[in-house]
Amino acid sequence: MVYTEIIDKYDWNEIGTVIYNKTESDVLAALNNRRQLTTDDFMALISPAASGYLERMAAMSQLYTRQRFGKTIQFYVPLYLTNSCVNHCIYCGFNRNNAIRRIILTDEQILNEVEAIKSIGDFQHILLVTGENPHKAGVDYIENAIKLVRQHFASISIEVQPLSEEEYRRLACSGMNAVYCYQETYHRNNYKLYHPKGVKSDFNHRLDAFDRMGRAGVHKIGLGVLIGLEDWRTDAAMLALHLRYMQKRYWKTKYSISFPRMRPHEGEAFRPNVIMTERELAQLIFAFRIFDHDVEMALSTREDHVFRDRMTTLGITSMSAGSKTDPGGYAVYRSELEQFAVSDDRSPSEVVGAVRSQGYDVIWKDWDQALQ
Amino acid sequence: MKNKLTIAGQEFTSRLFLGTGKFGSNELMSAAIKASRTEMVTLAMKRVDMNKPNDDMLTYVRRAGVRLLPNTSGARNASEAILAAHISREAFETNWLKLEIHPDPRYLLPDPIETLRATEQLASEGFVVLPYIQADPVLCKLLEEAGAATVMPLGAPIGTNKGLRTRDLLEIIIEQSRVPVIIDAGIGLPSHASEAMELGADAVLINTAIAAAGNPVAMAEAFHKAVQAGRMAYESVPASKLDVAEASSPLTSFLL
Repeated sequence: MVYTEIIDKYDWNEIGTVIYNKTESDVLAALNNRRQLTTDDFMALISPAASGYLERMAAMSQLYTRQRFGKTIQFYVPLYLTNSCVNHCIYCGFNRNNAIRRIILTDEQILNEVEAIKSIGDFQHILLVTGENPHKAGVDYIENAIKLVRQHFASISIEVQPLSEEEYRRLACSGMNAVYCYQETYHRNNYKLYHPKGVKSDFNHRLDAFDRMGRAGVHKIGLGVLIGLEDWRTDAAMLALHLRYMQKRYWKTKYSISFPRMRPHEGEAFRPNVIMTERELAQLIFAFRIFDHDVEMALSTREDHVFRDRMTTLGITSMSAGSKTDPGGYAVYRSELEQFAVSDDRSPSEVVGAVRSQGYDVIWKDWDQALQ
Repeated sequence: MKNKLTIAGQEFTSRLFLGTGKFGSNELMSAAIKASRTEMVTLAMKRVDMNKPNDDMLTYVRRAGVRLLPNTSGARNASEAILAAHISREAFETNWLKLEIHPDPRYLLPDPIETLRATEQLASEGFVVLPYIQADPVLCKLLEEAGAATVMPLGAPIGTNKGLRTRDLLEIIIEQSRVPVIIDAGIGLPSHASEAMELGADAVLINTAIAAAGNPVAMAEAFHKAVQAGRMAYESVPASKLDVAEASSPLTSFLL
């Protein structure tokens, strides 16, 4: 049994109806539930009916996060290895139809990037990101990159195309600690509108990747949806269901979630179908924390510095800082090659200062290759 | 205190040990260590950058002048823990080890089978092993036989601050144990720590309850006092609780 066989039990429209019909008394029942929250409780907390309870939800989210993770925020840094991509994701800067220069970093360029990253911060957790080009930057290329950076970082995560179980196993042996993969949307029918061609157009292949990661014993799996495609509440509920499934089945794995949010001005060709406000994003983060006290939540530099600073103590557990989303960008920044424009362009040390000023400590290292 | 705590030949005046995670800053952590009067703190080897001689966290812990008890947090089976133990022994120059093996990353509950396996091996290699375990009296005896220097049963799932939810089992462990019993997880309040000491636990280990407190330094001092009070009460032999009142006119006065 894999999740693609289970997901069809959940009807997208029905879930939407459930969420939008939640009442304030459902919200209160969820907030007063002293046992582990059900996905039905979660739906109440992300519903419009909960919008008047944000203050209380924020306090709960802060308390649970502090108890589980302490007054700390983990820092990580993304390293874009390539913008080469065979996919046609209509919202993405790396869409193969975009007439941009394609770069696949060489060994030397990767090490230059590592050096440039180390010069801006004490980063020990790195996220290797690629477009999807199995021929030119496939699993051999990714494995090579992991081995190259391994001696410089305590924890290596990847955000690449879905791989086979065997390939995940192989990368784990080479030093990979975590895999981040976003389903983008759980709306099976509309998924194809956003991913019309290329390997990524196969909804099941992507969704089954999470089971493949689980079976391969990947230590940490990151799930998420891209906010801006479909109704965010329904997608978030589908994500919560998927998370619970994964946690029960692959119980030795740690989970992380994030909600990259497309902005109204982002991209020239694609305008998001759904605009999520900061207030709604905060509600979603609080709701997830109340639903699950242990899941890690990241807030990237897609969000601006004011929002990131305000959210630091309210439920998230990790942040990137100083990010460049163009391959080679730490050594030489070229904005025309980036996947998305960052909103928080402060240096890592400025972000560290902002975290510490709130009485929170920055954790650079929370893993060791010896545990790999 | 009349009886000092001795672990592997080392005497401890304080029966309170601290964890070093979750603090808002290293300064706060070291102030809390000082206020707690502890003589031993545990530190996750995965948090320390061993290639960096002046790693911040380690520098602060060393400066506090307390014994360092490295732990294997993050290890999910015996072989990972054993490898981590070897690296930790070399990096921290101590053969003391808090053995933590938790395959479940949510509740961080210890794996009894892997913990026993790793204890057998590490103790035979000369490590001073302090294993974190379930409050399981049989497991505690097996660990003792395997060469554990102490046993560290949990009071409640780690980080929950729920107190001694495993109290009945802890009482059996304390009654049976030939090695010191350190209650390791779930203690959320100084009163819980007192309760553990009154039961006869040899020591307690606290992290979240202090680190996540509004004022960690004051809370550390409160725990210090609670542990002292609880131990003093234990050594004073508490008057027994009786389920029935003793009649002022004895029932058996007619017996000659």
